[in-house]
Amino acid sequence: MTADSPAIEATARAPVDDRKSVHPLWLRLMHWANALAVILMIMSGWQIYDATNFLHLSTPVWTDHGLVWATGIARRYTLGGWLGGGIQWHFMAMWILVINAVLYAVISIVTRRFVPQFLPLSIPGIFKDLKAALTGHLSHADIRHYNYVQKAAYLFAMADIVVLVISGCALWKSVQFAWARVLTFGYEPARYIHFTAMALLCAFIIVHVVMALLVPKTIRAMIWGK
Amino acid sequence: MSDRKIPDDIKSDQNAILREAGGLLKDPAKRRLFGNILTLGGLSIATGVLIKDRNSIQTILDRVSRFNDGVQGVIFSEASRAPVYPKSMINNPFRFNAFYSVAQAPVVDGSTYKLMLSGKIRDKRSWTLPQLYALPGQISEVTRHICVEGWSEIGEWGGPRLSTFLKMIGADLTCKYVGFKCADGYYESIDMATALHPQTLMAFTFREHTIPTWYGYPFKIRIPTKLGYKNPKHVMEIFVTDDFPGGYWVDKGYNWFGGS
Repeated sequence: MTADSPAIEATARAPVDDRKSVHPLWLRLMHWANALAVILMIMSGWQIYDATNFLHLSTPVWTDHGLVWATGIARRYTLGGWLGGGIQWHFMAMWILVINAVLYAVISIVTRRFVPQFLPLSIPGIFKDLKAALTGHLSHADIRHYNYVQKAAYLFAMADIVVLVISGCALWKSVQFAWARVLTFGYEPARYIHFTAMALLCAFIIVHVVMALLVPKTIRAMIWGK
Repeated sequence: MSDRKIPDDIKSDQNAILREAGGLLKDPAKRRLFGNILTLGGLSIATGVLIKDRNSIQTILDRVSRFNDGVQGVIFSEASRAPVYPKSMINNPFRFNAFYSVAQAPVVDGSTYKLMLSGKIRDKRSWTLPQLYALPGQISEVTRHICVEGWSEIGEWGGPRLSTFLKMIGADLTCKYVGFKCADGYYESIDMATALHPQTLMAFTFREHTIPTWYGYPFKIRIPTKLGYKNPKHVMEIFVTDDFPGGYWVDKGYNWFGGS
């Protein structure tokens, strides 16, 4: 038995409604729940970051007096008001992220959707599609099927969130979750890994949003289903 | 609105939405309408929650934080040990940190010092420093002090286990909390499981010398399984209770369990 055949069968047996819509309702709800959780976690994470500003960052803020550089992540980009508030938001949104991710994993396994949606994937294929995208030759006729760049990007985002969760576990519970501390090469490195993975996720979100705006029907599909 | 009403409302709303959705989804036109309503509803809830109703969102955040206390209590394992490090990794100088500057650290007179005991403890007689110094089973451990503010440093703290002392004074070990009152106005409380953890110490020494004023003389409760703010310094009184005692930072919004 191959991994593909039951998946194709499952698609063929899917109810009419689901075949008509690009993304099933559960997926759309989960996408937006995930977006909400990720945005809340990033903004509250910035608030937590500001308690030390351990990378000595400055961020641009546009004020009445023009562009000003604020120490750390500027207050207006953060959530929680102070460290304690940021932590409260972070560990509230954590539940949305975790519950959503667990449900996504379960439904993906039950519906056998994940493998046909994200595989096969190959490095030459990614470069071919990337070239096509940059020269404006990439087809968006059927947005139900992800191109190789999309597949790679979405898998990257998922893997990156896994890294965020593991390094987050190391920071939150370095004693109880010793496995997480080991995976991040000790307690202090976890802080840098967590921050870097956050920055990479921000980069993904920017590219993701720009791409969606360039092909607006993908936004419609992610909201209404088609 | 009563405290218990919100979850029920949300639950019944959820059920109603799901029931309605089931009917609406069959017709494409209704589907679109449903989508519009969902978006509008979502937006108004989001803005309503974020802008209009700061108090109710704070109530939710506080409640989730208390829920997370419970989760951390479940995650906490008596068998888990905070890692210990070689002495060569000790940070020197070790960072001073408090809600005041180092010059304002309280000076406690060791010759007249008496540790007070209260709450569910059988023998509430107070203890002098020489009596405390004579407690059995003293150890010294090099552990990482993790601050909630995003830094950590390694230090060495030594003294008897808090569990040894609690058993000696006849503390009711079935109680939920052990609390501490400090000379600088700080106060903290921890769960009984952590109080009985073998790495939780009454730290009379820092780097094998009497703990200096700025690190918490005459002693600090050293808990390497918890964040720094859960490690009270200049302890003047220990009490055992079943009534949630909170803490200095906890009452301002830090998570109570604060475990690592």
